This record gives sequence, structure tokens and C-alpha cells, in this order.
Amino acid sequence: MTEQKDRDLYRRLRLIREFEDRISALDKQGKLMGGVYSGKGQEAVTVGFCHDLRWDDWIFPLHRDLGAYLVKGADPKRLMAQIFGKREGFAKGKDSYLHGGDLPNGIFGATSMLAATLPVAAGMAYKFKIRKEDRVAIAFFGEGASSRGDVHEAMNFAGVHKLPVVFVCENNFYAYSTPNELQFGVDDVADRAAGYGFKGEVVNGNDLHDVMKAAGKAIDRARKGDGPTLVECKTYRYHGHSEHDRADYRSEEELITWESRDPIFLWENYLEKRKYDIDAIRKETTGEVTRIVEEAVAFAEAGQAPEGPEAMEDLYAMPIETEAR
Amino acid sequence: MLVTYIEAIRQAMDEELARDGNVLLMGEDVGVMGGAFKASAGLQEKHGADRVVDMPISESLIVGAGVGLAVQGMRPILEMQFIDFISCGFDQIVNSAATLRYRHGGQTACPIVVRGPSGGGVHGGLYHSQNPEAWFCHVPGLKVVAPATAYDAKGLLKSAIRDDDPVIYFEHKFLYRRIKEEIPAEEYLVPIGKAALRKEGRDLTVIAYGAPVHAVMKAARDMATEVDIEVIDLRTLLPIDWATVKASVRKTGKVLIVHEARLTGGIGGEVAARIAQDCFEDLDGPVMRLGARDVHTPFAPALEDYVLPNQEKITEAIRKLAAY
Repeated sequence: MTEQKDRDLYRRLRLIREFEDRISALDKQGKLMGGVYSGKGQEAVTVGFCHDLRWDDWIFPLHRDLGAYLVKGADPKRLMAQIFGKREGFAKGKDSYLHGGDLPNGIFGATSMLAATLPVAAGMAYKFKIRKEDRVAIAFFGEGASSRGDVHEAMNFAGVHKLPVVFVCENNFYAYSTPNELQFGVDDVADRAAGYGFKGEVVNGNDLHDVMKAAGKAIDRARKGDGPTLVECKTYRYHGHSEHDRADYRSEEELITWESRDPIFLWENYLEKRKYDIDAIRKETTGEVTRIVEEAVAFAEAGQAPEGPEAMEDLYAMPIETEAR
Repeated sequence: MLVTYIEAIRQAMDEELARDGNVLLMGEDVGVMGGAFKASAGLQEKHGADRVVDMPISESLIVGAGVGLAVQGMRPILEMQFIDFISCGFDQIVNSAATLRYRHGGQTACPIVVRGPSGGGVHGGLYHSQNPEAWFCHVPGLKVVAPATAYDAKGLLKSAIRDDDPVIYFEHKFLYRRIKEEIPAEEYLVPIGKAALRKEGRDLTVIAYGAPVHAVMKAARDMATEVDIEVIDLRTLLPIDWATVKASVRKTGKVLIVHEARLTGGIGGEVAARIAQDCFEDLDGPVMRLGARDVHTPFAPALEDYVLPNQEKITEAIRKLAAY
């Protein structure tokens, strides 16, 4: 890889981290309402899968994948406005966080019903296939969501039709408080791919090189018409399920162990070994991502709060007749 | 003893788990963590991990497994982490549980309780604010309850657990820690199928359930010099206590039904239709309804407030009805 590419990947990791940290801080200051689901610690997964996608490919991020939004091309300003529930957000205030996708950039908004996006991704990939479009769908889900029937139904259909879809399981070891051993009886969710007739692979989700390698292979396979892949990324969320969750169900030692495998730390280590001027890169990147996030917050704070009657908009293609009540 | 609404729920489960070894609690994060809202805090420690079970994220499984347990004579309480997720277990509720007795010609009971936090007003957005009770009131074989007070939350949950039919129990998350009440220290039950006359009045009847009961009671107090309001809290939505409803309408001749759920296809429509048919001669005004606007419950405060009923809208609706 070129130095430019290496630095670009670093910038992406750092932008997500800066964004996440700022949102957590805003939440602590009481400036946000509703649930805030930090993906801090999982940045390498979304960067690894989204950095090389084309504009007309589609992603289906899970509830803590705001990084996927940023890497796929969402405007950080609008993403922040979305989180603030402002009119300038993707959902225009109708919902917050990642429930409002950025469709022109191929980013699909999720519901709270976990993995409900996987059948949708399969359907979209089916269209790519029958229309012979050179496009892929990347569907992210958590290891907790792997217990839902929607996952099975989506993977089964994708296997039947060899669809151009990549299923990315972000296994961060806890579904809210529920650990892997109470979630499934297999060691790796990736093992299940065999049951659907495609390949499953486990990677170190904190190591961007590892993720990129697996992502590249899976995306190539999808583009060539060789069907889906299930890639399981072992990673860790530093925060609780939401910012309200103190995560008492796990040990501090475990958290520290994972922090020592931090994806940004690992990437900096790599940059250093490549003998780039890491101090200069770090400094420049810090300035850049701080500025982007500052601007996003300023934009969101200055954004317009929607007014009551706007609640009735965007419900049908053509507004239906309803009496004033 | 003075308890919050959510503590009343916790006590009901605790007491029933202690009273009957066949009672179980199953749901996501209900064990080690004690539930997302702490409704089951300490229950796994006290009653064991076999009986207070952390389940995978699988609502269809949670309900379906509950049916299997019920056939074996167990009495599972099945928690939906948010009631919005009940749609993920919908098939098991309406096709598996609700028909279980019927399709086996009465050979088995289905003593399950599906419970979870419903309701808006907390900026929960589209998937953490829902009031889906009407879906289930259309399904014979189910019973549906929605307590408004801590007293009822406890008494109705205990009755639901002891009931031999599947009961869908809608608790309102807005009330969890916002209301506190004195409840008896000794055991009591609140019967399923009985409404509560919350306040007597002569001029008009307001029928409500769940969180809006409190706003309606406030309106009745605030407007006391203007209009004498009778307030009925349905408590059970399936089956509805028609005797109490009709007796009140016959007395006042005017009725307003208030619920937080959407208007179209809501419980209010069913209540209004019955009253129109059975109490036609007694009515002195149109049967009125106030519910959420026919749209999803949005996130931004101004949007949510526009959509959901509130104190002001309730007062306005009462004035309109009183004017007839």
C-alpha cells in the first residue's frame, strides 16, 4: 500500500474515534436525547469493509456502526444533525441515531429489531444479481443478533441464489449483558456459514490489515458471482451497550486487555514500523478530525428543530386525506 | 409500603417465583443484569439461573419456548426488553399461543405472560415508544392488560401469572419511576377483566388506560368547577369490562375515550362502537375519542408532543364534549 493510502486509513479510524468520543461527551453534558450506542473500539471493522467500496455499493450498518456511515460517504454534519434530531438529519428528526439511512450514499437505516436489515440486504443483492449489476451489499450484524430468525432466513436465501452479499458479524462478546456462551453453542458464528452453503471466516476485528484482507476476498467473491461470505470479526466495545449502561457484567481486566489491542494503536504501530513520521501524521490527523467534528457539532447545534406538524410528513408517497383532529 | 410502578412489577414476579416453583422468568438480560430497566433486579440471585433465564436475542424463541414450557405445566413470564420487539415474536403469540387450547380441543392450558415496557413520552423514537395493544385485542384466546397504577401493576401481574390463558401485559415505561404509591404489605390480586372506577362524576365519562389515566385524573381535578367528570380505568383491554363502561355511560350520557395508542384501529374504536350500539338511547353527545395521531411516534420533542395525547389535548377534548 502507498503511504497515502496508509495515512488515509489512519485518518478514517481517527475520525470515527473522534466522532464517537464527542457524542459520548455530548451525551454526558445532557445535550443528546434518546439512546447513544458507542462503537468505540470497533472502528477497524467498518473501515476495513467500507474503505474500498464503490459509491453504488450498499451497506447495512448495525446500531453502533456510525463509522460505516462516515467511511461510506455520509456527510459528518448531517450525521451529527441526525443524532441531534434536527431537521438537517437524514430522518429530519423523526428518529435519531442510525435509524435514518443516507440512501443516496448507499447507506441503509436500521430498525431497533436487530438483524432485520439482513433480509433486506439479501433482497437488494438479489436485484443486483438478476439485473447483472456489478454491485455488492455489505450487511453488518452483532453476534447477539445472530440468534434471530431473520439471520437464518437471509443467509439461507443468499446461499440458494449465490447472492453478491457479505455478511459481517461484529462479535464484541456481549449482547447488552449477555455473553457469547449464553447466546450460542458454537465457538464461532462463522461456523454457521457451512449450513448455508458458503464460506465463513473468523478474523481479528481490531486488526485493520486482517479485516481488509478478509473483506477484499469476500467482496471480490461477491463481485465475481461466487456468492456470499460470512466474515466474523472478533472485536470489543469499550463502552456499555448504551451510554446508560455501566457494563458491570464484565471485568475491568477484560476491558484493559482489549484496550491494549486497540485498532488505532495497532495501526499507529504499523505506520511507525513503515518508518513514516508518525508524530507528524498524528498531529496533522488530530487537527483534521477535530476540525471536522467541531464543524459537525456546530452545524447540528445550529440546526433547526422540526415543528410539530412535520410529524405527519413522509408517511405516504402522496399525503392521504385525513380529517384534522 | 411505598413503591414505584416498576418496583411493584418486580415484587409481583418475586412473590410468584417464590410461591410457585413452576413460575419462570425468561428474557434478554433479565438475569445477571436484572433487566434493561431493572424490573428483575436480584431475582436471578434469589431464584436461580434455571428459573430466571438470560435468553438469546430471539423473541420468537422466547414466546415459543414459553408455550412449550406451558404445555408441561410451567408458568413462564416472558419479557420483551422493549414491547416494540413483541412484533418479532408475533407469530408465536397469535398463532401458537393464542390457538393452543383451541386447536387441541381444550386438552391444554397456555399459562404464559408476555410483558414489557410500552409507551412514549421519553424520546425513545420509533422503536422504543410503541403501544401495540390493539394488535393483540384482535386475537381471540389472548387476554390483554395495561395497568396504570403501582397497585394494579402488582395485582394484575400476579393474576396474569396465575391465569391459565396467555396474557399480554403492557407496562408503561413512562410510569416506571414517575409514580409512587402506598400498596398493601400483605398479598392481594387484581382480577383480570375488571375496570376501575377512578372517580365518580355526573356530567361525562372519560375512559382511559395506562399512562393517560393520570393525565385524565388531573384534568378531572383541574376542571372540577367546570364539569363533573367520571373516570374509568379499563385496566383490562381484552376482555373489556362492559358492565362498568355501560353503567357509567347510562349515568352521564357522554363519553370520551383516551389512549396513547394511535386512533385508527385502536381500542377506542371498539369501545365507541359498543357504546353507540348498546347505549344509543342514553347518549347526549357523540362518543368521542382521543388517541395518538395516525403516524409513527417520532423522536424530536416537538414532533412527539404533536403526535401523542397530552394534558392540553385532553382538556380540549373534554371541553368539546361537555359543550354538547
